[in-house]
Amino acid sequence: MNTHKTLALAALLAALGAPAAMAQIRIGATVAETGPAGALGDPEAKTLRLLVEQINAAGGVLGEPLELVLYDDGGDPNNARTFATRLVEHDEVVAIIGGTTTGTSLAIRSVAEEEEIPFISLAGGIEIIDPVQPFTFKTPHTDRMACEKIFEDMQAQGIARIGMISGTDGFGASMRNQCLAVAETYGITVAADESYAPGDADMVPQLTNIRNTEGLQAVLNPGFGAGPAIVTRNYRQLGIELPLYQSHGVAGQAYIDLSGAENAEGVRLPGTALLIADQLAEDDIQRAAVIAYRDAYVGRYNEPVSTFGGYAHDALAILVDAITRNGEAEPDPADLRDAIEATSGLVGTTGIYSFTAEDHLGLDLSAFRLLEIRTGGWTQVQ
Amino acid sequence: MADLLQFLMSGLTVGAVYALLALGFTIIFNASGVVNFAQGEFVMLGGMGTAFAIAAGLPVPLAALLAILGTAAVGVALNRLAIAPARGAPVVSLIIITIGAAIFLQGAAGLIFDKQIHRYPGFSGEAPLRLAGATLLPQSLWVMAGAALTFAALWLFFTRTLTGKAVLATANNPLAASLVGINTKAIMALSFGLSAAIGAVAGVLVTPITMTAYNTGVALALSGFAAAMLGGLGNPLGALAGGLLLGVLEAMTAGYVSSEYKDAVSFILIILVLALMPQGLLGRKSTDRV
Repeated sequence: MNTHKTLALAALLAALGAPAAMAQIRIGATVAETGPAGALGDPEAKTLRLLVEQINAAGGVLGEPLELVLYDDGGDPNNARTFATRLVEHDEVVAIIGGTTTGTSLAIRSVAEEEEIPFISLAGGIEIIDPVQPFTFKTPHTDRMACEKIFEDMQAQGIARIGMISGTDGFGASMRNQCLAVAETYGITVAADESYAPGDADMVPQLTNIRNTEGLQAVLNPGFGAGPAIVTRNYRQLGIELPLYQSHGVAGQAYIDLSGAENAEGVRLPGTALLIADQLAEDDIQRAAVIAYRDAYVGRYNEPVSTFGGYAHDALAILVDAITRNGEAEPDPADLRDAIEATSGLVGTTGIYSFTAEDHLGLDLSAFRLLEIRTGGWTQVQ
Repeated sequence: MADLLQFLMSGLTVGAVYALLALGFTIIFNASGVVNFAQGEFVMLGGMGTAFAIAAGLPVPLAALLAILGTAAVGVALNRLAIAPARGAPVVSLIIITIGAAIFLQGAAGLIFDKQIHRYPGFSGEAPLRLAGATLLPQSLWVMAGAALTFAALWLFFTRTLTGKAVLATANNPLAASLVGINTKAIMALSFGLSAAIGAVAGVLVTPITMTAYNTGVALALSGFAAAMLGGLGNPLGALAGGLLLGVLEAMTAGYVSSEYKDAVSFILIILVLALMPQGLLGRKSTDRV
């Protein structure tokens, strides 16, 4: 009965004009296209579809077309685990890309490690690759790196005493902990530590307390979504003059639009090269990759690129590069894993990836660029 | 002193929105005994609708009017398509239906609008007003005035018009109301439409401050429900008191205790109030005849 269903489905797909099932290299993906993390997973899915199409139009990999098997796990770790199992057992993919959130990534990781299939995660949490698992890699930088990048700049400015106001969602809470853990290394004291819940309408009371704390030199707001924009508006409403730092969680045009350009003026945050594609120096090593991806994405979907789509771009680039170097259209998973681990100097939109047996993230602090918002746009702080 | 005033104004702004949400809960609860968990989605639809209409080039008043009317139509449709066909089912089933409706509306908004966060400028500019060392956004005044007007208009409607009195009669005793010739089905539709419109008004007013996205409804519904319970479910004045009190409580806790425990403190107080006065601050005593 299942065969009948499959045949009927295949016929239906063929009738609808789906690509014929002659693809040789199957790549699996499960991302949160919908659900609470939909704003992250949606550009990831769009990016994967677009790039696979582009690669196939240019002749595929090793002369064979790629086939993308993509599922929407809605950000639910249970679904992610089910889909990962299905990708391995039913779809027989060579590798898995996905895990929009740290939670879904950990669920997929357990399947990938058990079945010994290479897995490249798109989520931020450092616990995905620390301690290193043989088959698991990831493309986004970690919260800790964002904290370090920000503190590096504060240190250079002579800032030693700061206030923090963090979201209590997963992203904000995790980054808050990482920042508190590394602050001391940079000689920074966190003298005020406030928080707000996702969906809160007003952060004026918390910011009033920060304003009343003696001797602060700057304020840092680890957060994601609408919260940081409300913080920024309330910050200006209260007339706080201290420098405001945001996190990479809001590195996109939406943050400036929601905060209002005049309110966001002078805000600093760590972001990727993708945000300042046009301002990259002619000889910048990432320039070509970043502009090619941005133009393709904007041309197809008519919406701005996001860092998250960039993570998916880099994951696919790493995988295609590894398959090419491995040289087999039907790679053995263990060989493919070795090829991924041997990735060196691969230029992505997020940074330059070089994996080692001890490092499955492969980025360093140089991947982050410290950006400042000037007249509603991004400029790189030199 | 300036801090206290600052916290108070923050709390009253947020509280006014909670009050409008609680009012929406109250009207539908009175008409049908149902706690409508899709109430937060009405606020979201009001905000999203206005944002998209403004982006399409409509002037703000027209965009707001369209969004409110459109949301009211959604409220009527919700009653017609989901609640009315299940009439006679236990109230708990109807409540579960509204949860389903909330999920449906959220998904539909994600598809029809988009999944981005939206806002539009405040109606009277964005420059904060200064008042005795505290600051206030002009839009906060809009929110508070809007809530006050809505409550006043509703009070007039319920006490001075025949239709309003018919709603109260239906709330009191549906069977008796229908026996004296009140079309209780039409009253139900009206209540849902009215509730949705009030939710949309809140959405229109508050979006410049809080911003909106397709998935903001659930959290709003929970806060509004808490406010309604605190004030006494079923009493419009209770909705007003509960909403303002909850908003001010949250702001004071965040300001004077710790933002970490903001939600915890307000919910503990709600539990205390409900344990000591189960009908809420201003609720009717409910008695069951045996």
